[in-house]
Amino acid sequence: MNLDAFREAIMLLPTGLVLTAGLTVAPLLVAFIVSLPLALVRTAKGTLSSSIVLGYTYIFRGTPLMVQLFLIYYGLGQLALVRNSFLWPVFREPLWCALIAFTLNSAAHTTEIFRGGFLAVPKGPIEAAKALGLTRLQTLCFVTYPLMIRTVFPAYINEVIGMLKATSVASTITILEVTGLSRQLVSATFAPYEVFVVAGAIYLATTLSITWLARAIERGLSPIVRH
Amino acid sequence: MRYSDFSIGILVTLSVFFVSVCFGTFIGLTAAGTSLSRSATLRQLAAGYVSVIRGVPELLIILVVFFGGTAGLSAIAGRYVEVNAFAAGAAALTIVFGGYAAEIFRGAIMAIPRGQTEAALALGLPRLHRWMLVIVPQMLPLALPAYGNLCISLIKDTALVSIVGLSDIMRVAYVGAGSNRAPLPYFLAASAIYLALTSIALLSFTILERKFDYRGRQR
Repeated sequence: MNLDAFREAIMLLPTGLVLTAGLTVAPLLVAFIVSLPLALVRTAKGTLSSSIVLGYTYIFRGTPLMVQLFLIYYGLGQLALVRNSFLWPVFREPLWCALIAFTLNSAAHTTEIFRGGFLAVPKGPIEAAKALGLTRLQTLCFVTYPLMIRTVFPAYINEVIGMLKATSVASTITILEVTGLSRQLVSATFAPYEVFVVAGAIYLATTLSITWLARAIERGLSPIVRH
Repeated sequence: MRYSDFSIGILVTLSVFFVSVCFGTFIGLTAAGTSLSRSATLRQLAAGYVSVIRGVPELLIILVVFFGGTAGLSAIAGRYVEVNAFAAGAAALTIVFGGYAAEIFRGAIMAIPRGQTEAALALGLPRLHRWMLVIVPQMLPLALPAYGNLCISLIKDTALVSIVGLSDIMRVAYVGAGSNRAPLPYFLAASAIYLALTSIALLSFTILERKFDYRGRQR
């Protein structure tokens, strides 16, 4: 047991949590907003726009996140079109590339989760809203969306935890979040157990906190009052 | 590095996948059985394993097994010995797959009516027969949809083993992209191959599910 490496890991690795959190939250937020309309488009079967969205989610859910990240970070830079455009300062930065790749990936997953939720919303409340004279937009905002969110909540929390874990892939393009920092520290100290155990504990504590928080929120969302 | 090297990459990826699925399913079954055992210590042990796997990134587990294994072997041998990348990658993905599979199998076992186990007990079946002849055959169709999704996730997770130097599809693309200064076509090719593999898996599991859908046969 290398106590020095252990102590150094405990001091250093939590500083990576800021990047890990940012890489988790920002893509999730954008993906959440984008996925709502995309999922609605997806529920309309047989239309061209629905097939286009399906193509997007199918490709991004069917390939590894790492390939998507490398395509954006290494691949796009090869195009002179990108290199010479105003976008180059964005695609040159590993952090931006990671944010873009994670957002695209998360939006694909979230769209499919929301689509399932929309399909599971019962007809009754929507008919009731129509009977009450609510407009389509009102029905969507006050009836369909809330019911959908409640249905998909557990699946969405899995996506949140999945995204948090997926941010470790950002370490492959030199981003120093928790995994990146621990890889750097391991190559400096060659004390893999000490360093990775601390990193694992940080991730585990974060995911467990999310799970507990989610359980509390879920209880609040539930229509049945529990005592 | 030529595009034909991708065929070796596909073989490596598929080998890692099949080895992890086989051992991981076995571990998953064992852990699911353990999580339903009478001993509270065993139950907690299984629950701990599952929550650690669900809470820690796959990449970190691969790094722990590879670098941890290398450090362990070096300490035993007294000189620097690197762990075989294939063994480390497959072992790490087996551990991951086993954790998720345990949850799926546990849910499926709990969905089997209690009467089935009781009937098996009443018939005097020994424990092994009770599991292999009564519980597992009924549990498999219930677990199949989630198990299929898990296998598809595993195909994508195999890309992570390229980090420890295993020449899978991802690694072939990375090396090819670097040596030919053509990242775009190489990573696009890798994406297409992964998409084909996950599509094949999706199709196979859809066919399997249709075949084993016993809800359709009930009445």
